[in-house]
Amino acid sequence: MTIDTKEKKDKINSCKKKVDLIFRDQDINKVIDRILEISPDNIINEIKDSGLRGRGGAGFPTWIKLKGAKEIESDSRYVVCNADEGEPGTFKDREIIEKNPEKILAGMTAVAKAIGSDKGIIYLRAEYNYLLEDLQKKVELFNDRLGRRGFDFTVEIKSGSGAYVCGEETSLLESMEGKRGEARNKPPFPSQSGYLRKPTVINNVETLVYVEIILSDGAESFKKLGTMDSRGAKVFSISGDTEVPGIYEIEMGMTLKEFSDLFGDRNTKAIQVGGASGFCIPRSKFEETIIGFEGIPTGGSMILFSGKRSMYNILHNYLEFFVEESCGQCTPCRVGCQQLLKGIESIKKGIKPKNYIEDLLDLAKTMKITAKCGLGQSVCNPFVSIVENFREEIIY
Amino acid sequence: MAGNNTLKDKEKKKTKKRADLIVTLQKIVKHEKFLSEERLVEVAREFNLSPAEVYGVATFYSFLPVKPAGENIIKVCRTIVCDMKGRDIVLKAIKDKLNILPGQTSKDSKFSLLTVNCIGQCDNAPAMLINDMPYVNLTYENVIKIIDEYQS
Repeated sequence: MTIDTKEKKDKINSCKKKVDLIFRDQDINKVIDRILEISPDNIINEIKDSGLRGRGGAGFPTWIKLKGAKEIESDSRYVVCNADEGEPGTFKDREIIEKNPEKILAGMTAVAKAIGSDKGIIYLRAEYNYLLEDLQKKVELFNDRLGRRGFDFTVEIKSGSGAYVCGEETSLLESMEGKRGEARNKPPFPSQSGYLRKPTVINNVETLVYVEIILSDGAESFKKLGTMDSRGAKVFSISGDTEVPGIYEIEMGMTLKEFSDLFGDRNTKAIQVGGASGFCIPRSKFEETIIGFEGIPTGGSMILFSGKRSMYNILHNYLEFFVEESCGQCTPCRVGCQQLLKGIESIKKGIKPKNYIEDLLDLAKTMKITAKCGLGQSVCNPFVSIVENFREEIIY
Repeated sequence: MAGNNTLKDKEKKKTKKRADLIVTLQKIVKHEKFLSEERLVEVAREFNLSPAEVYGVATFYSFLPVKPAGENIIKVCRTIVCDMKGRDIVLKAIKDKLNILPGQTSKDSKFSLLTVNCIGQCDNAPAMLINDMPYVNLTYENVIKIIDEYQS
């Protein structure tokens, strides 16, 4: 480690907004005791009170999913842990799965108790197959532990097979049912009709751990962190042009200026907030941009770009990614992604005039309102934010 | 039509649950590295589905290949952070060592090379998977070393 890097790490560690909830040591037995004691309604109320919103990126209030699934008449219900983090620049769930699987399982147990489910499934992305064996052992031990306590809930693991779109909850359900991971129409939402058409609560790995933490520490202490719209803390995956890449748990509501002062290399030109499907924010807007639901929401992916990076190459890489990962079932996304990629290449080569970029911006905005699922809708985010902030780099 | 009913019952018993289709395909890939046409037809019969349906599912997923592959599959991450941090150097090392480009298999059928999307190792980019195992912080030299280990 260079002196510079050490200094940086010290600065980050002494930052008031850095917290230690997810990775701290904890007596899981005690938390399970509490979960088994508390009534389903009280679990939902505690989570409602905490203000917890989904940590996968979309930020849907967690308690509404629970209430929805609980209130629908059904003979069975499912709890699903979405461990299919495929967003470029996101790797926090990998670390949580490696270090804290019991906390994820305790969070799933709380959800199961709240909605009345006896079956949980972890959908683990294929790229993390190397974690499977260990996780399987932990799951079996946990199932035994719950069984001995007389609580009827068992968890199993299903492996993904390498498809970015399966992180989208309805695609994930299709994939778990043994089908192509093509998104479903919503409504009905998974909490009404999910896995095998039964009420299903799907939560990101990190959200489930925060559920566990809220039930262990109480809603009040969670609520004290963050801002009005973005309560609590969040685990960030930090990569790109930084001396200190890695996983950091930070209070919600930091500005990008504070963020780049801590993690940047003093030459940060832009930050991609929320991965390839998120927004690219230029340095001139760092001060006014809040990381959180009132500003730019993120599933935790923060990629820093320094002055030497070509924004054209970055956008080109994203578009290649989306062309490859578009599932192809809806036209706006299937054709739109290809045309955006072909379009910027044609402008660069001089085959199309510079003002053709306006047509491409229109196309991206059309995709936002017409694509069937989050994948196609969000291609607009990086495209418009990069073109509007770095137009010269894209067209010249 | 009692006989008919028994036949149907038998078929029902034999037909596997749809939700297990991908699990079955994953198991075949684990042992045989890819899904041959014969295997796809066989699986389709077991699940009482058309071969086209099973082929459609397999080709949707990048980890369920339908073309023969080498004994070891190298998957080099091509997404943004690995791209910025030296993906091309990783590919060059593999080209120099094994004389293969993405999509190709080495002459001795020991290695196939693919480029894949984000494998979640961006904090230690550039990265690749060989079979299921991640290798991170890659340089030209350590890629050569890693492949040496697989060759011996």
